[in-house]
Amino acid sequence: MAIDYDEFRRFMDVMITSNKGDHFNTLGLRVERVDQRGVCMSMGYAEGLIGDPETGVIHGGAITALLDTCSGFAAATALDDLGMTPTIDLRIDYMRPATVGRMVYADAEVYRVTESVIFTRGIAHHGDFERPIAASVGNFFRLESSTFDELRREFRESQRQHRENGRG
Amino acid sequence: MDKANLLKLLDRVPYAKTLGIQLTGDPERCLLPARKSNIGNPTLPALHGGAIAGFMELSAMSLVLQHTDAERVPKVVDYSVDYVRAGKFCDTHSRCELVYLGRRMINVRVSAWQEDEASPIAMARVQFLLKDTPW
Repeated sequence: MAIDYDEFRRFMDVMITSNKGDHFNTLGLRVERVDQRGVCMSMGYAEGLIGDPETGVIHGGAITALLDTCSGFAAATALDDLGMTPTIDLRIDYMRPATVGRMVYADAEVYRVTESVIFTRGIAHHGDFERPIAASVGNFFRLESSTFDELRREFRESQRQHRENGRG
Repeated sequence: MDKANLLKLLDRVPYAKTLGIQLTGDPERCLLPARKSNIGNPTLPALHGGAIAGFMELSAMSLVLQHTDAERVPKVVDYSVDYVRAGKFCDTHSRCELVYLGRRMINVRVSAWQEDEASPIAMARVQFLLKDTPW
């Protein structure tokens, strides 16, 4: 069974927006696109992300968190059903500083899936893949699908209630 | 850079404040107090892997600043992190080791742990490039 991308997109939105003040919220991460090619997320320029006070360039750690999150969700699109994929390891190459004031995008894709490991690669950019800010390679755990039975049940139940309320 | 100047510099780095990193008396060790804004998984609850990675990167950066005359934030060329345990919602410590200090390249190894230093939650290595102008 392959995942339903529309449902997965809603799942991602709930994960990154439902907890006010968590790290997703703090970084201002948003989902841009989810399909068979992978996942695209964005992170707006914000003062709280600045790493170099002289230039106003955002810190590499924020780019790392964006790529980790985006690659992790991309990995989860390779699962049979909704679920999460803990990060095993992540390598980031920083190629140029992010431009001050501009939105940063991350695009991540899966290039190999094995029984226990999902291999991903990603790029952080401002809209032009030819001018990457950073490139990443990340490996993620593929846990037993049953690990997320409860999470799925809760998510689908809340979605069902949401739809019914919407109609009411 | 001495610790007083480093504190002044870190105080001007918004991302360091966002995470809440604190220096300790030992240049090799930093602290990340438990803070809600670093949570990535509310059900466990667990810290976001990106917050742990950012903390380790900043820890390495403060060690480099304390070992060199650099007045500015050094550039990271590449960064690699291995996660071995979930980061629980509690204080996290880091310990850095200066592996190589050259004129241009600096390599730092970092480990992060919570209850027990012998049981790290993540290990990282950071390659810095010392240069006046970026890239």
